Amino acid sequence: MLTYYFELGLRSLRAHRGLTVLMLLSIAMGVAACMTTLTVFHVLSGDPIPEKSARLFNVQLDAESMESYQSGGEPALQLTRQDAEALIRDKRGVRQVMMTGANIAVDPEGSGLSGQAPFFASARYASADFFAIFEAPFQWGSGWSASDDASEARVVVISQSLNERLFGGADSRGRTLRLRDKDLTIIGVLKAWRPAPHYFDLTLGAYAPPADVYLPLATSYALRLGGSGNMNCWGGNATADPRALGANCAWLQYWVQLDTEQQRRDYLAYLHQYSDLQRQAGRFERPSNPRLRPVMEWLSVRKVVPSDFRLQVWLAFGFLVVCLTNTVGLLLAKCLRRSGEIGVRRALGAPRRQIFLQFLVEAGSLGLAGGLLGLLLTWAALWIVRMNPAPYAQLAQMDWQMLATTFVLSLAASLLAGLLPAWRACQITPALQLKSQ
Amino acid sequence: MDVLPILSTLKRHKTAAGLIVLQIALTCAIVCNALFLIFQRIDRIGQPSGIQEDELVMLQVSGMARSGNDEAQTLSDLQVLRQIPGVRQVTVVNQVPFAPSSVFSSVRTQPGDGPPALSASTYYGGEHVVETLGLRLVEGRDFQADEYVGSAAANEENPNIPAILINTSMARRLFPGESPLGKPLYVYGNVPHRIVGVVERLVSPNPGSQEESGQSTLILPIRPSYRGGAFVLRADPAQRDAVLKAAADKLLHNSPGVKRLVREQKRVTDMRSAYYRQDRSMIQLLAGVCVALLVVTAFGIVGLGSFWVQQRTRMIGTRRALGATRGQILRYFQTENLLLTTVGIVLGMAGAYGISLLLMRQYELPPLPAIYLPVGAVALWALGQIAVLAPARRAAALPPVVALRG
Repeated sequence: MLTYYFELGLRSLRAHRGLTVLMLLSIAMGVAACMTTLTVFHVLSGDPIPEKSARLFNVQLDAESMESYQSGGEPALQLTRQDAEALIRDKRGVRQVMMTGANIAVDPEGSGLSGQAPFFASARYASADFFAIFEAPFQWGSGWSASDDASEARVVVISQSLNERLFGGADSRGRTLRLRDKDLTIIGVLKAWRPAPHYFDLTLGAYAPPADVYLPLATSYALRLGGSGNMNCWGGNATADPRALGANCAWLQYWVQLDTEQQRRDYLAYLHQYSDLQRQAGRFERPSNPRLRPVMEWLSVRKVVPSDFRLQVWLAFGFLVVCLTNTVGLLLAKCLRRSGEIGVRRALGAPRRQIFLQFLVEAGSLGLAGGLLGLLLTWAALWIVRMNPAPYAQLAQMDWQMLATTFVLSLAASLLAGLLPAWRACQITPALQLKSQ
Repeated sequence: MDVLPILSTLKRHKTAAGLIVLQIALTCAIVCNALFLIFQRIDRIGQPSGIQEDELVMLQVSGMARSGNDEAQTLSDLQVLRQIPGVRQVTVVNQVPFAPSSVFSSVRTQPGDGPPALSASTYYGGEHVVETLGLRLVEGRDFQADEYVGSAAANEENPNIPAILINTSMARRLFPGESPLGKPLYVYGNVPHRIVGVVERLVSPNPGSQEESGQSTLILPIRPSYRGGAFVLRADPAQRDAVLKAAADKLLHNSPGVKRLVREQKRVTDMRSAYYRQDRSMIQLLAGVCVALLVVTAFGIVGLGSFWVQQRTRMIGTRRALGATRGQILRYFQTENLLLTTVGIVLGMAGAYGISLLLMRQYELPPLPAIYLPVGAVALWALGQIAVLAPARRAAALPPVVALRG
C-alpha cells in the first residue's frame, strides 16, 4: 500500500510542478540553513578528547592580591610559576603538566639547510607528561622524561608539518633544530594532530592549530627563549622579569589527570590545603578558592564557542519555521484542490486512516527529496564557510552524524508540515464532494 | 471598498488565512531583529579608531640572537626607517589597534596600593608617537623630546616618567567636569605621571571587545625596544606597499652580526579589515536570511493567492456578471491581502519584541529601537501587495462567463 501511495504522491507532485518546486525549495532552503549552522556549531562545540575529557582537569588557584577582590569570583585562569612548580613537585595527580605557548624563530640553517630564511613557528614549553596526558600521537620517537626536565635537556619534539617542511617527512630523530641561535636535538616527531577546540590552552585562540615545536619548560628558561600568550600580573613586582620564579604573574596553564571520583575529591582537598598553606605563609591574600574543571566544563565556562554561532543556529531554525509554515500552506492548498479525488476514494470505501496515510506519504516523499536538495545546498554552504580565513573555518566539515541529521530533520519537518493538510483531507465528506461535481 | 464581505469569506478559510498571518508574523519578527543586528554590526565596524589608518603600516622584527644593546639597536632602526623615501614619520609602540596583543594597566589617582580608579589600555610610544599615529590633541600638548625614556629605564621599581597622555573618554571618567591637565596619575610605581594632554580619540587594540569595558586608553612616553615593540610608519596611502617592502629590507640588514627576521608587516587598513571579518560575515549572513525570508514569504502569498483565486472562480464570475469591474475584483484581493498582512504585522511586532527580550537576556544586547517596527511593517505591506498582484490580476482577468460554466 505504501509503495502505491508513494507512486500516487509522486504523480500528484509532478502534476503541480510549480507548487512542488516551491515546496521543495522551501524545505531544502530551511533544512540547509539549519544544517549549515548546526554543523559549524557541532564542530566548534565538539569534545576534543572524548575518551578522556571527563578525567582531565584544569587547575586554577586564587593567587591574586586583595585589590579588586570579589568574594567567590573567578580565580586567575592560569598559575604563577611558583605555584605550578610546587604542584608538579607534589605530583598528586595520575599525570600533570604545566606549560605555556610561544612563537619562536626557527633557523633552518641549523638543520643543515643553508640558504633557507628563518621563519616563525608556534611552540609549546611543557613538562614531561604533556604528550601522555593529552594523547599526542607519535610518528617516531617519544617525548622527554621528567629527568630531562630536571636536567634542562636540549631536546625537542616537532610536528608532522614542521618535519615535512624541514626534513621532507623523513625520520628526523637525532637531527638538530635551531631555535634562534640555540641548537636542540629532535627526539620525536608527531603524527598529524588537530585537537579542536585547542582546549588545553585557549589563550592563543580557541581553534588555533597545535604547536609545531615542543620542548621542556625548564629548557626554555635556561635558554631564555621567552613565551607568548596571556599574562596576568598583580601587586608590585619584585623582579623585572614577569616569568621569574617569585613574580606575581599568572601565565602557566596547568592540567591534571584524575581517573576516579575519589581522586578528584582528594585533589580538590589538596588544592584547598595548598592555598591555606600559602596564605599562612603570607603569599596568598584571598580566601582559598581553587577550581578543578573537567574539559567540557572548562570549555563552556570559557565560552569557547562565540555567541554569534549560537545566534546563527536560532536564526536558521526561525527561518526553517517560516519555510515550514509556507509548506503547510501550499500543501493545504494542493490537497484541498484534490477534494474530488478524495471524495471518490472515500466513496469507494477507503477509510479516513488510509487517506491520512496517503497524504503523509506524499509529504514524506517531498521531505526526502527536500533533504537531498538540502544536503547539496548544505555542502555548498559549508564550502563557502571554509573559504573564510578564520582558523575555525577549516574545521567546518560534514560528518555522518550530520548527514543523517539532515535527512531526519527534513523528513520530520515535511511530515510535520503534512499533518495538518492530511488531517483536513481525511475530514472531507464523500457525499458533499460527489454531489458538487 | 467594503471590508465585511472579505471578512466573511476569510472566515470560511480560517486555516489558510491563519497560516499566511502566521508566516507574515514570524517573518516580521525575525526581520525586525535581524535588521537591528545588522545595523548594530555596521555601527561597530564603522567606529573610528582615532589613528590615521590609511596612512599607516606596521612592522615587527626579531633577532635570531640577543643583540648587545637593544636600545641602541632600536634607535638605529628608527634612524634607517626615517630615511626611506616616502616615509613621513616613524615611531615605535608596544601595541597597535587591531593587533592581537594588548596591555592593560591599573590606573590610580593616589600613590600606594589603594584601589585603582580604572583599568586602561596602555600604549607606550617612542618619539613622534602622536604625530605618526595622527592623533588629534583636544587639550594640552604633545610629549616633549626630553620626556621620552627607554624601556630599560621604565622597568625600574619607581620609574621617572613625568608625562602621560589620555583619551577623552578616560578624561571624562576620571575628572568629570574639570580639566585633567596637570593632574597626577600612577600607573607604574609611586612617581606621578602628570597629564600633559588629551587626545580626542584612541581605541584599544581590540575595540568593541568585552575586556575593553571603559574604553579608556593612555599613552606613556616609553620607547619600547624593537624586540617587544612594533615600528609604525606613516606614509602616503599610495606608497604604503613600497614603504613596507623597503622598511622590511632595511630592518633585515640593519643588525650586523645578528640574523633577523620580520615577524609581521602589515597595512593598518588590512589589520582593521581582518579584525572585523567575523562581523562582516555575520552581516552578510543576516542580510541573506532576511532576503530569503522575504522571498519565501512572498512565494507563500503567491501560492496561496493563486489557490484562492482558483477556488473562488465561480464567486468572481458571479460578481463580474452582476456588474463588478475588473478594478473592483483586483482591489478585493488587494484589500484582503492588506487585512491579512496587517494582522500578521501586529502579531509580528509582539513577536519582535519577544525575540528582542530573549536576545537582551542571552546576548546582552540593547533593546530593539522602536524605529525598526514601522520599517519592518512597511517592508511587509509592500511585499504583500507586490506578491498578491499576480494572482489578483489573474482573478480580475476572469470573464463573467466562468460563473455559468459547471
